[in-house]
Amino acid sequence: MNSPDNNLVNIEIDGIATTAAKGSMIIEVADRIGVDIPRFCYHPKLSIAASCRMCLVDVEKAPKPMPACATPVMEGMKVFTESKRAVDAQRGIMEFLLINHPLDCPICDQGGECELQDQAVGYGRSVSRFSESKRVVEDKDIGPLVQTEMTRCIHCTRCVRFLEEIAGTDELGGIGRGDRLEIGTMVARSIDSELSGNVIDVCPVGALTNKPFRFSARAWELMARASVSSHDGVTSNLYYHTRRNEILRCVPRDNEALNECWISDRDRYSHYGLRSDERLHEPMVKDSNGSWQIVDWDVALDAAAEILTDAGEDLGMLLSPSAFNEEYLLASRLLKGLGGKNIDSRLRETTFTDDASRQIQFECQLSEMAKADAVLLIGSNIHEDAPILGHKVRQAWLKNQAAIYAVMPRNYNYHFDCAETSVIEPGKMLGQLLSIAKALGESLDTRSLQANVANAVENAAADEFATHAANALKAADNALLLVGKMALSHPQADWIRALAQAISQAVAGRCNLIADGGNSTGARYYGAQPADGGLDVAQMLENPAKGWVLWNVNPALDFDHPALVQTALAAGKVLAVSSFNSDAILANADVILPLAATAESEGSLMSFDGQLQQVSAASKAPGMSKPGWKILHRLGTQLGLEGFEFSRLGSLEMPEECAAVRTDFEFAELEVSNGLNRLGEVGIYSVNAECRQSAPLQDTHLASRAVISMNPEDISTRDLSPGATVTATQGDQQIHLVLKSDPSIAAGCVLLPAAMAETAHLGSAWAAIEVEAK
Amino acid sequence: MDHWLSKFPPEHKRSAVIQSLMAAQDQNGGWLTNELMDAVAEYLELPNVQVYEVASFYSMFDLEPTGRHKVNICTNISCMLRGAEEVVAHIENQLGIKMGETTTDGRITLKVEEECLAACCGAPMMVVDGHYHENLTVDKINAILEGLD
Repeated sequence: MNSPDNNLVNIEIDGIATTAAKGSMIIEVADRIGVDIPRFCYHPKLSIAASCRMCLVDVEKAPKPMPACATPVMEGMKVFTESKRAVDAQRGIMEFLLINHPLDCPICDQGGECELQDQAVGYGRSVSRFSESKRVVEDKDIGPLVQTEMTRCIHCTRCVRFLEEIAGTDELGGIGRGDRLEIGTMVARSIDSELSGNVIDVCPVGALTNKPFRFSARAWELMARASVSSHDGVTSNLYYHTRRNEILRCVPRDNEALNECWISDRDRYSHYGLRSDERLHEPMVKDSNGSWQIVDWDVALDAAAEILTDAGEDLGMLLSPSAFNEEYLLASRLLKGLGGKNIDSRLRETTFTDDASRQIQFECQLSEMAKADAVLLIGSNIHEDAPILGHKVRQAWLKNQAAIYAVMPRNYNYHFDCAETSVIEPGKMLGQLLSIAKALGESLDTRSLQANVANAVENAAADEFATHAANALKAADNALLLVGKMALSHPQADWIRALAQAISQAVAGRCNLIADGGNSTGARYYGAQPADGGLDVAQMLENPAKGWVLWNVNPALDFDHPALVQTALAAGKVLAVSSFNSDAILANADVILPLAATAESEGSLMSFDGQLQQVSAASKAPGMSKPGWKILHRLGTQLGLEGFEFSRLGSLEMPEECAAVRTDFEFAELEVSNGLNRLGEVGIYSVNAECRQSAPLQDTHLASRAVISMNPEDISTRDLSPGATVTATQGDQQIHLVLKSDPSIAAGCVLLPAAMAETAHLGSAWAAIEVEAK
Repeated sequence: MDHWLSKFPPEHKRSAVIQSLMAAQDQNGGWLTNELMDAVAEYLELPNVQVYEVASFYSMFDLEPTGRHKVNICTNISCMLRGAEEVVAHIENQLGIKMGETTTDGRITLKVEEECLAACCGAPMMVVDGHYHENLTVDKINAILEGLD
């Protein structure tokens, strides 16, 4: 062997000599050195099926053509991809594949971007020798996102393998045998994976296509514009495909450090919300009679500036957690220029006493997460919090056999198996963490904790779950703690975070906080959280300001306690800058400025792990709406404030240092609640207005439904009956909804989703709630 | 099912899927319902679709109600050369049903056999309720069919 490294072998492909890792497949090496081998079933992220046989190549000394995707490289191997034997084999396979494939390219959505079409041009015959009838396969209805045309299927099984290996939902399979094999679900059902849209991309033919996009454009009419998703902090890279400045569809853009080659359905289908009737087109001002007048920008900006100057330092800024870095920076400058200090973007969170200790929010890089070998999930419905993070944890489970422990208020439908779970009501979650901390014994340094937290750990008792979880985390080389959106919006989130970080330190692991919004990292970095002396969102709502800025949020849907928000806003004048209109904005605001959406604007976002992602406009913003930085720039200039001396976004200097945060650090005393508490989850497709307005997403099974769900025991002890309409009461607000029995929910809590029009008048998503028969 | 599970390592419950489906089919009058397949999936901790794949692949699993007796006539190459087509024609005629159908009294299902039944030395042959009958003649067939209640 003449290779210096025993793990490398020398091979030659089409005369190009190269070295490759032992055990790698010919097709991987060919892809790396740029030799094109046709393929249908091979996908670098999926297991090897070797079922299509399209990648047959000629290997020297082999008696027959070998599939390049399933033939490992050997020392001295010589591969010919264009020899007569290889090409004959590929042509033969192509002819077989086309036997049952319909010749319907003119009416197929995949036409023009079809792997089969491309390869048929390269390897197919111009005339078919097949004169018998082609087989026809019945279409399946697999939900509102993916269209099927199963006659076109060539049985590469990429979709089956994607759902089995990546999504983990095993929803499709090969049913039947031989010439009767069909890809399907067997039992009529929809594909409910939150990553389901990726089967469209992996499908090499037109069998699975984008349902809402169907028949709306041809691939060659579309421009691919690189962009970034702002629905979760993964900041998935994507392309918007546009025609005449209109976004028609969205596909993933590879970025191994973030989303790999996948995107969530939320990222793929949310842009349909951008066309909603709720989009704001013109600036509006409320006149003295309280009715809305459409005005031009100059008038609107004058009115906006008046609100700001009247409020002066008594200004409250509430920003979406999914805005651009530049918007956060300029908004905080505007606030500072006016003498104000009150700014926040953590609108669904309820406790902020530990701001100082939240400097590190995401210790484990996105690309490292799949390397974890023990995971503790704390209040995280991770597949909904950020679908790509769910995929990473699943990979850790699949590839490293990671032991996964979860503390959660209901048994979330994880696409991986947990070693053990603790399903408990929100009020007891903290107790469970204290118990884990206690079980760690000496390895947990209580001196780094505040006295009351340290005491609580001392007084806790380690139960069986806690002992097992603690042992698994201690034994792990790469322990990972994930604190989900549910836990972060919990009224005891400060304690939860402190304990998560203490546990993580004790086991030399890493702790990631999965904050709400698409740019929570940027918000903190660029000053959209209060510094010393500033009020957080909870304090602002308790001490209503004279003037408010609402930045791309719906006061009824984007806060923990919508009723409280609307009372607070009523106390002052409100400037709402927003992409979407809503009844709540019309009711609460005095001036409305139309804002371009993320996809229509330029700026930057920061991923969970601090990677800067530049975004440029993929389409034109509707009507008169303007990008956020321009609006803030105009306001800043008009008010004569410092820091607005730039003419284009490129010349705005972004600070290199993270903005200061508050240093007060005192925990509230621990309160244990009795009675029922609300579990006010924000559904995967309710996170922001764009998703809420996207009809295809709202049609899925994952979209929130306005029902009250409770544990069957809680239902029977209260003499309620499932299926009947019940009355839920929070404070002086009531709602009448159908009651559903759901054994996955912990006893003592009532699942009643937040961020829905139906529940917008209720109190805090986590407060006490009463349920009684109507 | 537990008997079959005990033959495989505990982490490979999937290996027992064929025998488990057999057991489920036998106690359900010869065919599998979706509910039964789901129950097998749950017991073996498999995704439902993986059980459907197996059940729909093998011709010895029936996903629709069958008669009390299943008759499989081999029509593969050896049997065909030795007169399988006449055997099929005779039995179809005798029972008044076509391949793939069940007699109206629910007595016999004539299964469409996909592959060689591995008894070429005794061709033509058929399998009745799992029992092999070789070197078939008209008389022999009649006797076998009459013997089915």
